[in-house]
Amino acid sequence: MIIINPFSQLSEFIPSIAMQTFIVAMIILVVAGTVVDMIHKKNVKYFFENAKKARKQATRTVSAGNKVSIVIKTVASDVLTTSELGGRRRLAHLLGMYGTIIFWAASAIMIFNYSTPESVTPSILPLLWHLGAIMTCLGGYWFWFFLRVDVLAEGNPWYRVIKADLFVLSLVVTATFGLVWSYLQAAGLSGWDTLFLVLFTLSNLVLFGGVYWSKFAHMFYKPGAAIQKHLAEADGSNENLPVPTDKPKQFGLGINRESPKHY
Amino acid sequence: MPTFVYMTRCDGCGHCVDICPSDIMHIDETIRRAVNIEPNFCWECYACVKACPQNAIDVRGYADFAPMGHSVRVLREEEKGTISWKVKFRNGKEKNFVSPITTKPWGKHIPKLAEKEIPNKEALDSQLLYSEPKGLNIDIGLPEMKKERFKQGVYY
Repeated sequence: MIIINPFSQLSEFIPSIAMQTFIVAMIILVVAGTVVDMIHKKNVKYFFENAKKARKQATRTVSAGNKVSIVIKTVASDVLTTSELGGRRRLAHLLGMYGTIIFWAASAIMIFNYSTPESVTPSILPLLWHLGAIMTCLGGYWFWFFLRVDVLAEGNPWYRVIKADLFVLSLVVTATFGLVWSYLQAAGLSGWDTLFLVLFTLSNLVLFGGVYWSKFAHMFYKPGAAIQKHLAEADGSNENLPVPTDKPKQFGLGINRESPKHY
Repeated sequence: MPTFVYMTRCDGCGHCVDICPSDIMHIDETIRRAVNIEPNFCWECYACVKACPQNAIDVRGYADFAPMGHSVRVLREEEKGTISWKVKFRNGKEKNFVSPITTKPWGKHIPKLAEKEIPNKEALDSQLLYSEPKGLNIDIGLPEMKKERFKQGVYY
């Protein structure tokens, strides 16, 4: 199962062009959902107004070269390794993030290049597709059951579903249905594999079609916010925060943060 | 003025939810970010402001020490054991303070007051509070400001 391209087998029933059209439609849905989200929330307008206000408070001028270096560092640290999050949240996020990227990229490559019955797929691609889906499930379910702030800090049960769960839930469900569909197809359980193909398609529609209502677009906003934060640190405005103290460790106990679960 | 959260900074970690003594910091059900659900009940204790690892929570300071148009920001550096404060007035003037972190680990270091000596009249009449000045990590008593240094226009 793990080295079989599920889209190649699917092309016996669904033409390759239909699958490719589906992918393009999903991309259009994401772009449209993000644009409508930005217009509705006015978050980008707020973001740039805030950045402009922060620049007025700047105490130093940051050269273009420094800015490029800050952007590169931010991408390497905040974006690629999600350094903003700590400990288990970071690990779960990295699993989910890279799993999703691998899953989506492998899907697109296989559908656009190897989705005909006679095409020979390099075995690395289906392997990556399955690995990506498994990583997404691991990170997503770990987050869902144990690390979600609603469960960890608020003390709510894991089965309490709210609107903010739309993204993570549709993402893990999509990966799960994809894996189950691939297994059933490889096992030759016709009927059941069709059912899970339909569920896989529907969950994809919810995931990509629900951008306006879900937290999907955070993956586009967060890098921008992280870059702005580091630029503000460099130009001295630093959101009016105090400068880090140079006092020796003579004060207090300096206790470490405790995990927020004292409910 | 009650706390508010900068949504672009908050990462929904839940530290403010955990620490709020008034139980009014909660997680928004739509965007999973912290929100003060009942600003009227905010004690303005600054606990969440200091606890936030992202410095995403802010409070407008009291008008009696900083007129409108100011900002009061706090930076907690647990590795140094310090809380730094920066008050920036609307005319650009800044005041910076550094204080010790006096928070103790959860449920530990509860003072056994019954075992302590009963304070005598001199101690009761003193301006020093329980455990002061030792608890402030100073040995010289409370800092004192001479009347000549009082702000002009304030009369006693």
